[in-house]
Amino acid sequence: MDADTLVERHVLEYPGGYTRSLGPAESRFLTGLRDGRIVGVRLGDGRVMVPPAEYDPETARPVDEYVEVGPAGVVTAWTWVSEPRPGKHPLERPFAFALVRPDGADTAMLHVLDADGPASLRVGMRVAPRWRAERRGHVTDIEAWVPLAEGEPVPAPPAPAPPAPAPPAGADPGEAAEEPGPVTRMVSPVRLEYEINAGIAPTRYLHALAERRIVGQKAAGSDHVYVPPRGSDPTTGAPTEVEVEVGQDGTVTTFCVVNIPGLSDLAPPVPYVCAQILLDGADTPWFGLVQGLDADDVRMGLRVRAVWDDDPAPDARSIKWFEPNGEPDAPYESYKDYA
Amino acid sequence: MGGVRTAVVGVGQTHHVAARHDVSMAGLVREAAAEALVDAGLDWSDVDAVVVGKAPDMFEGVVMPELWLADALGAAGKPLTRVHTAGSVGGSTALVAADLVRAGVHQRVLAVAFEKQSESNATWGLSVPMPFSSPLVAGAGGYFAPLIRAYMARSGAPRHIGHLVAVKDRLNALRNPKAHLHLPDITLEQVEESFLLWDPLRYLDVCPSSDGAMALVLASEDVADGLPGPAAWIHGSAMRSEPTMFAGRDQVNPQAGRDCAAQVFAEAGISDPRADLDCAEVYVPFSWYEPMWLENLGFCEAGEGWRLTEAGATAFDGDIPWNPSGGVLSSNPIGASGMIRFGEAAQQARGRAGDHQVEPRRGLVLGHAYGGGSQFFAMWVVGAAKP
Repeated sequence: MDADTLVERHVLEYPGGYTRSLGPAESRFLTGLRDGRIVGVRLGDGRVMVPPAEYDPETARPVDEYVEVGPAGVVTAWTWVSEPRPGKHPLERPFAFALVRPDGADTAMLHVLDADGPASLRVGMRVAPRWRAERRGHVTDIEAWVPLAEGEPVPAPPAPAPPAPAPPAGADPGEAAEEPGPVTRMVSPVRLEYEINAGIAPTRYLHALAERRIVGQKAAGSDHVYVPPRGSDPTTGAPTEVEVEVGQDGTVTTFCVVNIPGLSDLAPPVPYVCAQILLDGADTPWFGLVQGLDADDVRMGLRVRAVWDDDPAPDARSIKWFEPNGEPDAPYESYKDYA
Repeated sequence: MGGVRTAVVGVGQTHHVAARHDVSMAGLVREAAAEALVDAGLDWSDVDAVVVGKAPDMFEGVVMPELWLADALGAAGKPLTRVHTAGSVGGSTALVAADLVRAGVHQRVLAVAFEKQSESNATWGLSVPMPFSSPLVAGAGGYFAPLIRAYMARSGAPRHIGHLVAVKDRLNALRNPKAHLHLPDITLEQVEESFLLWDPLRYLDVCPSSDGAMALVLASEDVADGLPGPAAWIHGSAMRSEPTMFAGRDQVNPQAGRDCAAQVFAEAGISDPRADLDCAEVYVPFSWYEPMWLENLGFCEAGEGWRLTEAGATAFDGDIPWNPSGGVLSSNPIGASGMIRFGEAAQQARGRAGDHQVEPRRGLVLGHAYGGGSQFFAMWVVGAAKP
């Protein structure tokens, strides 16, 4: 890759995390963990699977004979993490990721094994869960598994988390005494952090934006000017090696007025106008905001000019929005094939 | 179309609602798949291969549904494939499954598509700002509403046309117990007075956000002939795609849609879809896409689609009913919405559409899906008789 292409770090993360409804099997499993128990399910052939599935992986039949397993178990495989990364790994000191088969189960579950060092680990060693005192119905309610010496009793889970603060006076006392209900939902954070490389052709266009110029590209022998360019003409696949500076004025070919607040952190206050703008000299529309006049006064054919950020960067967001340039509206015939 | 004659022999779907907190994703797809197998008179062990489709990953944060759902879909030891074509994915998934049969690779293929929109926010998924790009800060409506405005300018369609579709599809949904929206009192005035979300689109012009799943069992002629239930035979199928943007692109009446329709109708021996089809299930997520797709699919000349809608031609009792099930405007689990169109078309051909069954004529029905920036198209024509 060209050493001079623009690269930016990007984070894709749904705010607050996805909310999963668990269904019967995961609900039993996580409710069990909250209550200091490990719950598996018996499959059609008699084997016990943990964590439990809703459907038999062999026969696809529904399975619902839930059985308590463990809490102690044996290690069936492990790998040592000698340099854990704070905030990324479950423990801050060196540990093992291990497959642990709880007693009474026929499958192993992936979890954390907290041990003195890799020399102390072996397949077949006995381990027991170290429960958190405050449990919420999550696989990390077991903080880690720990080695269990021969004849050593399995430690009991600490008492469940203290109950919620006392209800206000006058509330039904029976309500507060109730057992907590089953865990039925969980929040699943998903975060992807990666680098996006703009590519060679877009990098040239992006650098021009930092100079307040809009530079499209076209393939040799073609009249079609692409803004933004992606390096090839999508109709022919030919590289767009010819650079063409296009106008900073253009025509609103079509638009909508958005009245819904909060669609994006980058959205202006409602009502605002999202438009397709055909820049003078370009053959593809620019998606942009139109400001500087009442939303009700925006119309197809309106002539507009780019409004730049005070400190433009190699990024399309350097054009903040478009506003009327004072020219008379373009006739429909002049842009109808672009709408 | 060549290859092994292929039919839909089983159809199952969930009752689409805003939020299915009572089931996992596995449980959701299972409901539809189990119903389709029962409908077909087949068991899990009879299935040769499974094809699964869902909408873009960030919509619900599941990037490997084929891994997560293998047990629920009985896929252990069988080929399991995931299909991905944005909003048209339900249609493409059905076609990939059908082609596995048509090509003679498998005899019985289970196709499943789903979305659990309640676990996230599709508008967020469509509006994530990306480095270097000017952000689309207005969700799906912000992308499609300008195209609708362009259609109105091009065709001269009056503003109430979209509202007519919004009422018509919701009244159709009253005949469909599995539809998400049941709005028995809906009126044109109500649509006209509903909140103006993305001018020119009002609240009631827009599809809901649903949890739901759809499943189909596709079978070869040998298998279908031995099953007790009716079959919907595939008479034509086509997929087309085009780039989101290129010089000269007609975004309102995309070439890929026109080409896809031309192929599917040619394969099915249809020269005049308005006359030759009994009805159509077409992906209309915003009301105005009915007149737009009437033109794109060749049910009339360009510029005339709104006149068909206005004249009631597409109503339940019209000469060419569109979306007798209530359509995407009444149920929208995005990843499943295309397959619901394909499955509802099959149910019409099988005579199994219940209270929204349209009076059969030639017995041919269109199922249609589109996705992305109107750039992916998938269609089939199914019929009661063998092709």
